[in-house]
Amino acid sequence: MPAYAKTVAAAIALWIAGATGQASAQVKVGAVLSITGPASFLGDPEKKTLEIYVDDINAKGGVNGQKLQLVAYDDGADANAARTFATRLVEEDKVVAMVGGTTTGATLAMIPLFEEAQIPFISLAGAIQIIEPVRKWVFKTPHTDKMACEKIFADLKQRNLTTVALISGTDAFGKSMRDQCVAVAPKAGITVAHEEAYGPRDSDMTPQLTNIKGKTGVQAVINPGFGQGPAIVTRNYRQLGITLPFYQSHGVASKQFIDLAGPAADGVRLPAAALLVAEKLPDSDPQKPVVVAYTRTYQQKTGQPISTFGGHAYDGLMIFVEAAKRAGSFDKAKVRDEIEKTKNFIGTGGVVNMSPTDHLGLDLSAFRMLEIKGGDWTLVQ
Amino acid sequence: MPEFLQFAFSGLTVGAVYALVALGFTLIYNASDVINFAQGEFVMLGGMATVFLGLAGVPLPLAACLAIVATVAVGLALHRFAIEPARGAGAVVLIIITIGASIFLRGAAQVVFDKRFHSLPPWIGGDAIRVGGATILPQSLVVLGGVVVIVVLLWAFIERTLIGKAMVATAANELAARLVGIDTRRIVGLSFAISAAIGAVAGILITPITLTSYDVGTLLALKGFAAAMLGGIGSAVGAVVGGLLLGLLEAFAAGYVSSQYKDAVAFLVILIVLLAIPRGLFGRASVERV
Repeated sequence: MPAYAKTVAAAIALWIAGATGQASAQVKVGAVLSITGPASFLGDPEKKTLEIYVDDINAKGGVNGQKLQLVAYDDGADANAARTFATRLVEEDKVVAMVGGTTTGATLAMIPLFEEAQIPFISLAGAIQIIEPVRKWVFKTPHTDKMACEKIFADLKQRNLTTVALISGTDAFGKSMRDQCVAVAPKAGITVAHEEAYGPRDSDMTPQLTNIKGKTGVQAVINPGFGQGPAIVTRNYRQLGITLPFYQSHGVASKQFIDLAGPAADGVRLPAAALLVAEKLPDSDPQKPVVVAYTRTYQQKTGQPISTFGGHAYDGLMIFVEAAKRAGSFDKAKVRDEIEKTKNFIGTGGVVNMSPTDHLGLDLSAFRMLEIKGGDWTLVQ
Repeated sequence: MPEFLQFAFSGLTVGAVYALVALGFTLIYNASDVINFAQGEFVMLGGMATVFLGLAGVPLPLAACLAIVATVAVGLALHRFAIEPARGAGAVVLIIITIGASIFLRGAAQVVFDKRFHSLPPWIGGDAIRVGGATILPQSLVVLGGVVVIVVLLWAFIERTLIGKAMVATAANELAARLVGIDTRRIVGLSFAISAAIGAVAGILITPITLTSYDVGTLLALKGFAAAMLGGIGSAVGAVVGGLLLGLLEAFAAGYVSSQYKDAVAFLVILIVLLAIPRGLFGRASVERV
C-alpha cells in the first residue's frame, strides 16, 4: 500500500511538473466565448477563428519569440458562467490578455475582473456600453448598433426618404438597436413615425406589418432584429405586398438570412462589414486583401461559410498580436498602451484607429450598404 | 375590414401550429396522465431530420417519412429507457423526467445536426392567396388541413378501436386496466410512439412557415401546452380549439392592442378562462375519470 501511494505521488508530481514546464514556454491568451447555447452561432466561429490563427501564428514562429497558447472556455451565453471563467483565467491560467466575451451581457460581467487585474481585454460583443464610457483596459472590435442606424439613415437621406417605421425584435439585440436608432434619428433628420415589436420566436408578423402598411406617410421600414425573426418578417413583408424600401440590420448579415427568407429577400438593404462581400470589393479597397485572405483560410479550414462574428475574433487577436510585437514584450501595461495606439490596422471589420478616447476605432466607412439581388449581396454605391 | 381578415389569417396560421403541438400532448396524457414536455423536441426532430436528410440528397417525401420513423424510435426509446424504469413513480416525477429528456434531446440535436436555422420549401406554390384584401400562404392551409386529418384519425383511434379504448382505460385506472387484461406498459409505450409521430408530422408541416433549429421545441411546447390547457388537456378537439384561440388572441392583441404586449394579453385571457373553468374549455370533469 505505501509503495502504491508513493507511485501515485510521484506520478502526480511528474504531472504537475510537466504541466508547469509546458506552460512556462508559452504565453497564454484567454477567451471566454458562447460556444454553445443561444449565442453559439456567434461564439462557434469566434472559437474556430482563434484556434486557426493561434496555430497559424505559432507555425510562423510565435510572437516575440514565444508561442501563444489559447485558453478558451464556453460560457453558454450565461453571464454568471462567464464571470467564473474570467476569474479562472485571471487567477489560475494567468493570461496576458483576453480576446472574447461573445455577448454584451458576458462582457459587462467580466469587465470589473480584468480592470482590477489590469489585463488587456478585447471584447467581441456589440453594445456601445462596453466602450462608453472608456475603460482603461477594455477594447472591442465589432461595430456598434448606433453605427448601423447611422449608416441606414445616411442611405435613406441619399434616397430622399425621411419618415420610417420600425419593427423590432424584443430580443436583446433588437431592443438595443431599436433604442440606438430612436436616439440618433432626430440628429440624422429622420422621423420614426410608427413602431411595432415581435417576439424572437414568433412565427407570423403579418398583424404588425398590416398596421405599418396602413400608416400614411411612412416611406421606409427598418427591422432591427436577430436570428430567424427577420427572415419571417421579410417573408411576411412580401406576402402583404408592401413595396416601401425595406432595411434589415447587420444582425442578419449572413448567407443564412438569404437562404431562410428566400426570394422575399430580394431588394432588402442592410449595412454590413466588408467581409461579406470580400470578392466583390474593388481591388483598390484597402480591406480587400485582408478579408479575402481570412475568408479563404476560414472556409478551407472549417468547411463552413464565413460570418462577420469570426472576423471580429480575427481582428481582436491580430490587434493584440500587433500591439505585443510593437511593445516587444508581453508586459500587460505596455501591451495595453500599444493597443490604444493602434493606427491604420486593417481588419475584417474596417480600418481601426484607436485613441485614448476611442477604444473601438471604427468609423462609418466600416459599414458597406448592401442590397440583396437574385439571392446574393451587391454593393450599393 | 382587410386588417381584420389579415389578423384572423395570421391568428389561424399561428394557431394551427400551436394546435398541432397541443395535439401531441393529448395522447400521452390520456394514456398515462403524464404531460410530456419533450413534445416540442419531437416537433424539432421531425423538422430537423427532414431538413438534414434532404440536404443529404434524400428526396423530400422519403426524407419526411424517414424523419417520422426516426422520431417514433426516439419516442419509444424515451419511454423504454426513461419513463418505464420509473414505473410506479408519481405523475410529477414522470413529468420532471420528460423535462430532462427534452434538455437531453436539445443538446443531442446540437451535436447531431447543427446550431443554425433551417427551412423547408412549402408543399404547394409559394404565392400568397388573396382574400378580400388580406393574404394567406398556401402552406398555412396545409397546416390547417393537417390539423383536421390528425384530429379525425386520433378521434377514430381512441373512440373506435379496441386499443384506443384500452388507452382510455389505462388512463382512468391503471391497476383496474391491468386486472381486465390490458398490457398497460405496451399501451403507454404506444402512446409515446403515436405522440412522437404527431410531433414529427407537426414539425414537417410547420417548418416552411416557422423555420426550425435545434432549440425550436421549447417555446412551441410552452405555447402548445398553454393551448392544450386552454382547450382542456386530454381532449383532441380542445387542443385544436385551444391552439386556434391562442393564435387568434395573439394576432388580434398584436394588431389592435400592442405588439409589445401581445403575449401578455394572450396569457392574461388564458388565466381568466382557467380561473373560470379550471378544466379548460373541453376538459372532462374529474368525476368522470373515477
